[in-house]
Amino acid sequence: MPAPIRLRELIRTIRTARTQAEEREMIQKECAAIRSSFREEDNTYRCRNVAKLLYMHMLGYPAHFGQLECLKLIASQKFTDKRIGYLGAMLLLDERQDVHLLMTNCIKNDLNHSTQYVQGLALCTLGCMGSSEMCRDLAGEVEKLLKTSNSYLRKKAALCAVHVIRKVPELMEMFLPATKNLLNEKNHGVLHTSVVLLTEMCERSPDMLAHFRKLVPQLVRILKNLIMSGYSPEHDVSGISDPFLQVRILRLLRILGRNDDDSSEAMNDILAQVATNTETSKNVGNAILYETVLTIMDIKSESGLRVLAINILGRFLLNNDKNIRYVALTSLLKTVQTDHNAVQRHRSTIVDCLKDLDVSIKRRAMELSFALVNGNNVRGMMKELLYFLDSCEPEFKADCASGIFLAAEKYAPSKRWHIDTIMRVLTTAGSYVRDDAVPNLIQLITNSVEMHAYTVQRLYKAILGDYSQQPLVQVASWCIGEYGDLLVSGQCEEEEPIQVTEDEVLDILESVLISNMSASVTRGYALTAIMKLSTRFTCTVNRIKKVVSIYGSSIDVELQQRAVEYNALFKKYDHMRPALLERMPVMEKVTTNGPTEIVQTNGETEPAVLETKPPPSGLQPPSQANDLLDLLGGSDITPVIPTAPTSKPAGGELLDLLGDLNLTGSPVSAPAPQIAQPPFLLDGLSSQPLFNDISTGIPSITAYNKNGLKIDFTFERSNTNPSVTVITIQASNSTELDMTDFVFQAAVPKTFQLQLLSPSSSVIPAFNSGTITQVIKVLNPQKQQLRMRIKLTYNHKGSAMQDLAEVNNFPPQSWQ
Amino acid sequence: MINAILVFNNHGKPRLVRFYQRLAEEVQQQIIRETFHLVLKRDDHICNFLECGSLFGGSDYKLIYRHYATLYFVFCVDSSESELGILDLIQVFVETLDKCFENVCELDLIFHMDKVHHILQEMVIGGMVLETNMNEIVAQVEAQSKLEKAEGGLSAAPSRAVSAVKNINLPEIPRNINIGDINIKVPNLSQFM
Repeated sequence: MPAPIRLRELIRTIRTARTQAEEREMIQKECAAIRSSFREEDNTYRCRNVAKLLYMHMLGYPAHFGQLECLKLIASQKFTDKRIGYLGAMLLLDERQDVHLLMTNCIKNDLNHSTQYVQGLALCTLGCMGSSEMCRDLAGEVEKLLKTSNSYLRKKAALCAVHVIRKVPELMEMFLPATKNLLNEKNHGVLHTSVVLLTEMCERSPDMLAHFRKLVPQLVRILKNLIMSGYSPEHDVSGISDPFLQVRILRLLRILGRNDDDSSEAMNDILAQVATNTETSKNVGNAILYETVLTIMDIKSESGLRVLAINILGRFLLNNDKNIRYVALTSLLKTVQTDHNAVQRHRSTIVDCLKDLDVSIKRRAMELSFALVNGNNVRGMMKELLYFLDSCEPEFKADCASGIFLAAEKYAPSKRWHIDTIMRVLTTAGSYVRDDAVPNLIQLITNSVEMHAYTVQRLYKAILGDYSQQPLVQVASWCIGEYGDLLVSGQCEEEEPIQVTEDEVLDILESVLISNMSASVTRGYALTAIMKLSTRFTCTVNRIKKVVSIYGSSIDVELQQRAVEYNALFKKYDHMRPALLERMPVMEKVTTNGPTEIVQTNGETEPAVLETKPPPSGLQPPSQANDLLDLLGGSDITPVIPTAPTSKPAGGELLDLLGDLNLTGSPVSAPAPQIAQPPFLLDGLSSQPLFNDISTGIPSITAYNKNGLKIDFTFERSNTNPSVTVITIQASNSTELDMTDFVFQAAVPKTFQLQLLSPSSSVIPAFNSGTITQVIKVLNPQKQQLRMRIKLTYNHKGSAMQDLAEVNNFPPQSWQ
Repeated sequence: MINAILVFNNHGKPRLVRFYQRLAEEVQQQIIRETFHLVLKRDDHICNFLECGSLFGGSDYKLIYRHYATLYFVFCVDSSESELGILDLIQVFVETLDKCFENVCELDLIFHMDKVHHILQEMVIGGMVLETNMNEIVAQVEAQSKLEKAEGGLSAAPSRAVSAVKNINLPEIPRNINIGDINIKVPNLSQFM
């Protein structure tokens, strides 16, 4: 058997391979040779073979069959064998293979070897890949070596101890006595690794931390010597004496000084000294300064020192070296929470970093910019951030868009500015906006009542040219569906109104429906919008009918369902269509997502999906003239919500229908329901989780008592939303004849908002034998005194009765 | 701590691979490839720090790299190491290699992979920095190489034959043979020894 080729030969051969396949072939041949050589138990050439195996392992080829050979090499007496054997063990073996435990005995012997280099090898291997079992067995040996006077071994033992502690934390106490003298060493290598060991122990155990606090003076002394000692050739790196050790010590000081006043005070002087004396022309000086700044910010330093630290960071930001700028931005991000004002001073520099070419710096600058936005600078910062959004890489756009939305929500100076900002984001980064942004935006737009015309006009213009950005198209479709009438009537006050015909609006919505770029959800939005426009537009109803009926046979099940239901609305329930498709009421800001929120969810956009929370969708016809308005002098009162149009003969039936709709939120496609079932409706009402937090103790009042008709109000306040009062009225009849067709209407002053839910029935039985119950919800954000005017109409003893009254005796707890 | 030290050339061929974390072979190779792609995209004048969270399964890790001629030196570290300090460490490593190999170039790393590992072992143990003093490291490496050489090194067998012959205690060959009147000069046959 010829001698196996040398490592050098193998490498040379492999390098001549021109293709991957050739290389693989050579390697396989060599592996076969190595394997047979291993089988022959050839001691002479084993180390050579293992070296070759390690090379092939580095290139990515399997080398596991060499594991046992490594062990044999370790057991050999020769230093060369041991060296390669240990290297092989570190590269090829780990705790997943059971084989590694066989090493334990070898390592134990080698830790006590006469040659220090062999001991060093053993320590190195144990420190790299020792498993917990091995560490447990050998910790004693390591601890012995930690106390030796040989600095070469001592430093290795220190790092090995760190590894042991990481693997078996319970053994930490064992190393405690050995650490006593560690810092007395002169050798910088030992000092360095000792500081690492101390750092590890302090980070793991608060007791150790308290114990080692007494070392602070010693550490300060060492640091001082390093700075003051002048030029020492052996430790010099670019003119600074052992910067690595300085950085390590600073880090340990940081951990020791955190949350501890005494230690922090002991360090103040030395930190100031390092901060002012270190030369910053080279990277080493900056590394030390950076570490100093981090330490100052973390411990309980005095304010002068903190200002010094932030100024150093500010200087870093202006440095030409990108690395320095990067670390400065990173540390400013960490400190912006605690020292907000100081960081604000550097805002313009940070904003300039947004324009840097370096991706890492841009990301840091963007995060920092968002942290710095506040009420004063929001306009300027937003301008910069929007500009950044235009030009940044795609991986940033989603984060940037979300950040802009959040900041705009918190600090928007005006509604118009807010909507403009959102529009800008949607048009520039429309496809990167996160999904949850769409409902949030819709809610925001709904709430800015005076901006509806402006918003819908801008959205219309935005999608006119390009309807590929899904979130933008979704929001635009929804708005056009809601406020299309404002669009065609050209009512915009904020900017020049555009002339749009109903057909043009329908054109754009239909193109969204047809387009291949539209997602299924977007199509749903568009179809619903078209449907809503059937009540808002006057001349194009037939076109709408046609579009809706076409989609009744769409392949997309979602679209098909909607179209079929809308068709049914046209055909069989045309009388209900206006009521159903009326304007959405103002939605309350959802602050929490608990079930106790009185949230009027946007059920209309997804009518096919049954809401699990029964949304009390308010039906508010803005165009319907209201008797009460006339009565109450017009401008002062918000339009009230009547419970039902009175023109229907089967008024009760309609009420029931609406009652059903209130509860389920979807258009009823079943045949007309039966007469009102009060228990069902009442159950429905009471099952709403709205009444969960009842604050008891608000006295109820009698709001009206005349001609045998008595109306009582009982109050409930929601704990989660203190500006909402829920009033339950109970109407009872003490006369000897029933009151039929009873309708209760209410109006409140302008600062309030009112919502009337459907009553339990329209007949109040005689002799107080039953009551009509109805729920009113009053939103009172300004906590003004509650006043109400009520109008009652009913039929009694064959004649129609009507009465007006004002209710002023609300108890203070109901509105305060 | 340092998670991994990788050295590869401008084409992605690995020249030194050292992981201080348990990872399967395929994962190791994948990391090498992806790191190479990440680092290749960087221009020369942008900063030497890269986020690489997905590679190592944690968001804490950064890649700190330096480009020297045809080689990339990449250190993957977590947040307990100072970024600027690691940059200096890479510089010290390269300067040490330079001292050990006399004007080191890529070929030296290729053909003496084991020696580079041994140098690295004197600087970093278990992911933690052991020694940063260049002269100290070089001295220790030299001492260990001397030990190895004394035993004959890796390519042991052939040179052992030569040294074995050199050590044979051949008896002293007389230069002059004087028997009575006869004077024979023995020719110098040392080239055969």
